[in-house]
Amino acid sequence: MNGLIKGKKRTLFVLFISFIRIGAFTWGGGYAMVPLIQRELVQKKELLTDDDFINVLSIAQSFPGAIAINTAGLVGIRLAGIPGLLVAILGSVLPSFLIIIMAATFLFHFGDLVLVQRFFRGATPAIVALIATGILSIAKNSLKRRFDLVLSGALFAFMLIFDFHPFWIILIGALTGLVRKS
Amino acid sequence: MIYFHLFLVFARIGCLAFGGGVAVLPLIQKEIVNTYQWLTSGQFIDLITLSELTPGPIAINSATFIGYKLGGVIGSVIATGSFCLPSIGFILLISKFLSIFEGNIKVQKIIKGLRPSVIALMSLAGFSIAQNGIMDWFAVGLGILSFILVWKKIVDPIFMLILAGMAGMIFYR
Repeated sequence: MNGLIKGKKRTLFVLFISFIRIGAFTWGGGYAMVPLIQRELVQKKELLTDDDFINVLSIAQSFPGAIAINTAGLVGIRLAGIPGLLVAILGSVLPSFLIIIMAATFLFHFGDLVLVQRFFRGATPAIVALIATGILSIAKNSLKRRFDLVLSGALFAFMLIFDFHPFWIILIGALTGLVRKS
Repeated sequence: MIYFHLFLVFARIGCLAFGGGVAVLPLIQKEIVNTYQWLTSGQFIDLITLSELTPGPIAINSATFIGYKLGGVIGSVIATGSFCLPSIGFILLISKFLSIFEGNIKVQKIIKGLRPSVIALMSLAGFSIAQNGIMDWFAVGLGILSFILVWKKIVDPIFMLILAGMAGMIFYR
């Protein structure tokens, strides 16, 4: 029992630290955190399997809220119940919270941001590359049929060309999943 | 009173923010700039620039920033917390639902069916960042190099971001 409590506390601690690390490096929106979570929680800590994580990520799209928060919360509740949910969300919010407060207090003269801007210009291609590795690893794990690949491409085109709202993209995915054989 | 307004506005945004990031921006703008006039359009654009340069979801960054401007640290805690609150509620509901219907084949099929949607959404996010942020051959090369290093697991993703950022600081003088 003591071991179990210790195990749970440890999981909470690992979740908190991992999501602080992930939160501190999630530029460019929630999707950029996908490879970070894969690296931290799937590969390093082995708390989730690839398939678990893809399920979590899919479910995170299907209700309102920031993708980063939804994903963190779902991972947290899966691994350590409600305390896990709170700890994961707190961890992922904390870095941006502190940085924004510091920025709002100290700078906000845009001259001070020139160095940050240069840093960000260099980091942007890496963010795109990280998102690409995330897409590729998920595609490798889950797009087993040609239909899935065609559907992904079509949904992407719907959003890019016809400006479809993400809501419809999720709905189409859910419905095609439902009517599909096995 | 301002705390209560912050709570209402950001809880509302949290409830309606479907599709993350870019989809949420017009919603925030409407509430913050048009309805409540907490920021001018110019200040809002500054806020977006700041959010892009700092880590974290843009909605969280806006909530923290606006909360802080209007009500100090307590205001920022309330704004950020209220934005997260609907997510926490939805997660509790969905987890309860899934713990009951985990084995249900239809539920499993729906979750699996979402995968192409997730790939499409991620692709669009990556595409729009690339469109705005990759503007010269140095950036193209850096992107390809980062991809190879991370995909082959030669460099840790977080370390790659730092390396690429430092390369940017040196190159874009």
